[in-house]
Amino acid sequence: MLSAALTVLRTGPQVLVQDRGRVGYAHLGVPRAGVLDAPAAALANRLVGNPPDAAVLEVLLGALEIRTEAPCWVAVTGARVPLAVAGTAAAHTQAVRLPAGASLALGTPDDGMRSYLAVAGGIDVAPVLGSRSTDTLAGVGPAPVAVGDVLPVGVASGVPAALDTPRPPRSDPVRVLPGPHRDWFDADVRARLAATPWTVGAASDRVGLRLQGEPLPRNDGELPSEGMVLGAIQVPPDGQPVVLLADHGPTGGYPVAGVVHPDDLWQLAQLRPGERVILHRPADRPAAATR
Amino acid sequence: MSGAVRPYGERAALVDVDSAVQAAALADWARAACRAAGVRAEEIVPAARTVLFDGVDVGRLVEVLEGWRRRSATVAGAFVEVPVVFDGPDLAEVAAHWGVAQQQVVARLTSYELVSAFCGFAPGFAYLAGLPEELAVPRLETPRQRVEPGSVALAGEWCGIYPSASPGGWRIVGHTDVTLWDVERDPPALLGPGTRVVLRAC
Repeated sequence: MLSAALTVLRTGPQVLVQDRGRVGYAHLGVPRAGVLDAPAAALANRLVGNPPDAAVLEVLLGALEIRTEAPCWVAVTGARVPLAVAGTAAAHTQAVRLPAGASLALGTPDDGMRSYLAVAGGIDVAPVLGSRSTDTLAGVGPAPVAVGDVLPVGVASGVPAALDTPRPPRSDPVRVLPGPHRDWFDADVRARLAATPWTVGAASDRVGLRLQGEPLPRNDGELPSEGMVLGAIQVPPDGQPVVLLADHGPTGGYPVAGVVHPDDLWQLAQLRPGERVILHRPADRPAAATR
Repeated sequence: MSGAVRPYGERAALVDVDSAVQAAALADWARAACRAAGVRAEEIVPAARTVLFDGVDVGRLVEVLEGWRRRSATVAGAFVEVPVVFDGPDLAEVAAHWGVAQQQVVARLTSYELVSAFCGFAPGFAYLAGLPEELAVPRLETPRQRVEPGSVALAGEWCGIYPSASPGGWRIVGHTDVTLWDVERDPPALLGPGTRVVLRAC
């Protein structure tokens, strides 16, 4: 039997191998990387019967085409793109059987940014420091996927799922939790973040989502370099916040006004430049609840 | 306990310390203490004045940190001697800044035991502490577009060695041929936090 491998025939603006990221090396200066829309990638893996840590392809704005020499199950989730298997339309968010020699083509999404292609067995490039993710900031992990690449596929271990629970549409406000730098901002900084209409800036990428709007007031000065977390809302001197995403540097020098709730980060992965972002300040937990 | 524990989102906390060397010492201690207590922390990241604990149960972390006692600014990490050719393009300017001859710059830089306080900027780029305050030098007015791997450089009170080619604004005093970053090595960084470092002229 032929071992499965995906030959890359065409790519759009960016196609990356990603898994859940490189954990445990931040203190050596290594960004975590990993899928930006984690629920969508997890769903794609479930659909083809993969474990949750299998590597997938993160496809920015579609336009990817691959061919397989051996039959395999695939699933595409995340930003909705038209799919074609050997020229015939196929379903999004569903396990799809690719026959030997067939091509799979992704169109471009009308909404959202990133689609996820999982293949049964997972993308099996060599892991670097325990992960197959490409980190676009420091260049750790595999190179970005390019036309002509032949991506090895692992041995399928599970059974494809007939269907799975779709997630709710993207419409929820993005919750902001308290950050560590209250002395750098007014006491109501999260209320201010929530009251300001923000627009996604064009320079947004996997390192950070740039927010544009009425500048957020902060104290002057420089923060000594310190550890940063995923979802931290950094505020540079110009008051235009940057939400740190998966490829952020492990340390940073701007104060943090708040942290995006981990369960809401996926929404940021799908926002296009020029789109609105509504931040939400959840009610503080009553003191009794935190013991 | 040395400093306050500041919650950072739901599953992280920053701990304040007095210095970068204290941060390296706390991070080193906490890594072992968390393991001994069965408390998982995905990342423990020392920096200039803080240690970040990420992916951790903050309540349990606070219990572990009760056992931390501030200690003198020493660390007990591995010892690494780095052979350096002192031929950097900014050596003369550093000498002028310190008001000494170039040989004196070399003599001073090789006379201190430095310590890797934390890594940042690039994988394996260590901020080496231990130079006295009066030897602080400003960064370049205009950073270089490309600094070669192995460049040994100064900025503020820090010494650093570029593990890979990158733009950079530190003042380059020399270069070394040692490999600072290698993902095939365990650990991949030669100068991880807590490592004691001596520069040797060659």
